[in-house]
Amino acid sequence: MSDLELTTGPTTAQTRAKVQASIKRRYRAEMRFRAYGLFATMLGVLFVFLLFFSVFSKGWSIFGQHYVKLDVFYDAAVLDPSGTRNPDTLRSADYQALVRASLRAGFPTVEGRRELRELTGLVSSGASMQLQRAVMQNPTLIGTRDDQWVLASSQVDWLLKGRTTRNASEDERRLSDAQVTWLDALQADQCIERRFNKQFFTAGDSRDPELAGVGGALAGSLLTLLVTLLLSFPIGAAAAIYLEEFAPPETRVTDLIEVNINNLAAVPSIVFGLLGLSIFIGFFGMPRSATLVGGLVLTLLTLPTIIIASRAAIKAVPPSIREAALGMGASKIQCVVHHVLPLAMPGMLTGAIIGMARALGETAPLLMIGMVAFIVDVPQGIMDPATVLPVQVFLWADSPERGFIERTSGAIIVLLLFLVIMNASAVILRNRFEKRW
Amino acid sequence: MIKQSLSRCLLLSVVTGAAMLVVSSTATAQSARDYISIVGSSTVYPFTAMVAEQFGRRGSFKTPKVESTGTGGGIKLFCNGVGVQHPDMANASRRMNAGEFDTCKRNGVTDVVEMKVGYDGIVLAISKSAKPIKLTRKQVYFALAKQIPDPSNTSIMMPNPYTKWSDIDKSLPAVKIEVLGPPPTSGTRDSFAELYMEAGCRTFPWLNTLRGLDEKRFKRICHTMREDGGYVEAGENDNLIVQKINANPGALGIFGFSYLDENSATLRGVEVDGVMPTFETIAATQYPASRPLFVYIKKAHIGVIPGIKEYTAEYLSEKSLGAEGYLSARGLIPPTKGELTGLRAGVAALKTFTP
Repeated sequence: MSDLELTTGPTTAQTRAKVQASIKRRYRAEMRFRAYGLFATMLGVLFVFLLFFSVFSKGWSIFGQHYVKLDVFYDAAVLDPSGTRNPDTLRSADYQALVRASLRAGFPTVEGRRELRELTGLVSSGASMQLQRAVMQNPTLIGTRDDQWVLASSQVDWLLKGRTTRNASEDERRLSDAQVTWLDALQADQCIERRFNKQFFTAGDSRDPELAGVGGALAGSLLTLLVTLLLSFPIGAAAAIYLEEFAPPETRVTDLIEVNINNLAAVPSIVFGLLGLSIFIGFFGMPRSATLVGGLVLTLLTLPTIIIASRAAIKAVPPSIREAALGMGASKIQCVVHHVLPLAMPGMLTGAIIGMARALGETAPLLMIGMVAFIVDVPQGIMDPATVLPVQVFLWADSPERGFIERTSGAIIVLLLFLVIMNASAVILRNRFEKRW
Repeated sequence: MIKQSLSRCLLLSVVTGAAMLVVSSTATAQSARDYISIVGSSTVYPFTAMVAEQFGRRGSFKTPKVESTGTGGGIKLFCNGVGVQHPDMANASRRMNAGEFDTCKRNGVTDVVEMKVGYDGIVLAISKSAKPIKLTRKQVYFALAKQIPDPSNTSIMMPNPYTKWSDIDKSLPAVKIEVLGPPPTSGTRDSFAELYMEAGCRTFPWLNTLRGLDEKRFKRICHTMREDGGYVEAGENDNLIVQKINANPGALGIFGFSYLDENSATLRGVEVDGVMPTFETIAATQYPASRPLFVYIKKAHIGVIPGIKEYTAEYLSEKSLGAEGYLSARGLIPPTKGELTGLRAGVAALKTFTP
């Protein structure tokens, strides 16, 4: 007995020590592993923050825009010398002359072509358009005097937003010393105001930074996604239902289809653009740059994603549900439509939204079908030419004018917001309707 | 309830989806286009777009659509045929060549009107915080070519031995050669190779004669850029090159003149063959590295698509290309006064183009 204890005693102690030592080692390994994971996560978070910081620091000021108050005299001699109030005459009148006259009245000492040009350079070239719109809407303005708030030029906006200082050189400011003095005078008269930049969200593209907006691109993105959703979701869902519920399992044809769908999901997106160009535009003769064609191409792109996600969702419905339905005398189609589909629907919708989010960020396939374009008019229907948000970002980022730096970041903010809304709705849908077994 | 509404929702979307398919297949018989469609060079794009916007603002016609596809891609689309589904005009940062024109003719686009809209200078620029530098095109060739003629026997090519500017010429600063420029897919790169590298190359008589004998070999020798870090491909985006040379004083950048003009606060142009790149020197064709920019017009579409003639008139008008015009303000170097008058007459008379 005691002998036995003597022989086993040290062994248990040894084992214990060994285990103790190994526990420490195992804890250390676990800590290390956790640290790796934490490091990886932090790195990811850091990069997201860097992205947000860089975008928001350049783009936050997009929400404000400076306006200049002009005391405009709608001179009948300039606008409508014949007095007929003919819309064509009114449309093509020289509104820039009104802007010039109004600014000159404020600064009567300004003389000479060069100085006058600098003076009118304080307000945007869109000012004359604004006056034209006002007169077209209300021709009774002609012959009267009225205050109008018009957009300041991009350079003025840049200075007033503090992107450059008054002490900088004329080259750096892109405003002459005289222009800065006039600006100070206008500010002293409270003729300059910073307002919410509504037109950035409603206007189409422009080559003047202060007039350019994401309205056209936003409408283009919405229309394109609408076409994509209406086509890819029903087709994807139907394909998934057939493959999961009706297709003869594990025949060579079914296998072939499955492999191909998985392959298709990994094909580079530019290939779909080429396909769209040759089929939809080349063969069917659809118009270039139309959101309809964009939607069709993005449908091809998102279909595999949606089919794969929908199949997974249908597979997750337990067989007992199907067996119970069939056992109660439901037909196969009743079983699918009444029981399987409603239960799989949240998963399928999540897949569809994630596919849509991918489609929202695509530019490469759209290049081939002519959606990388300068389009001023906001699209009204699916046959109108349009561009989309990521393409707008690409086009502005490549523009030499300095004011587009802010616009680019502003468009990225809108795009990110759009993406966040879509992904959040996917999460909400899942949490709300998903059933766990 | 939820289950039923969900499945009904699916059914509904199946039906609408099917309806959309029908709509899209009948869309083939599209109605006549009422706006001008323009494709082509990304260098000409900002200017053509600017004119399109001004043209649309007048309200008599819809704003033309301008695509940025690159010169080659644009001309290919333009030459695809006659009809509303094909573009009406093509922007080009070089002349349309004979091969492209043949494709055009084969597809029925027989009558094309050429409109020269101005010049673009390919400039070398350096950060203002670095020391100014003056170069000749031969020095640029020595700095950037992959192979150069051996100084001891110029008929033999050898790998580029130069690492510092001072290795090429004692008068140049002892700074590492580092030039940032566009990749081979860019039109700016093509022009750079033609205007700088070829010019430097042709200062050697045997290479100059080779150009006539074996153009392929000539291009291989003269257009190939070094790959050991002296020339850095910095991407298609010219703004990126501007940012990079600002961050790295001492490095040179290659881009179009409008980017130098817009960033004159931080960048300085490099004097080439004794001429500074400025608006005036490029306009007067004193600056050695400038290229003409073109817009091609499909004659068969005039009268079918509304506003083409009016649009070209706007492009060549005093308001846009005049000394104080809006295009000149954005860095496009307009044709000379005499050229403009000729151009206006030629385009108005729809003089057709042959390469």
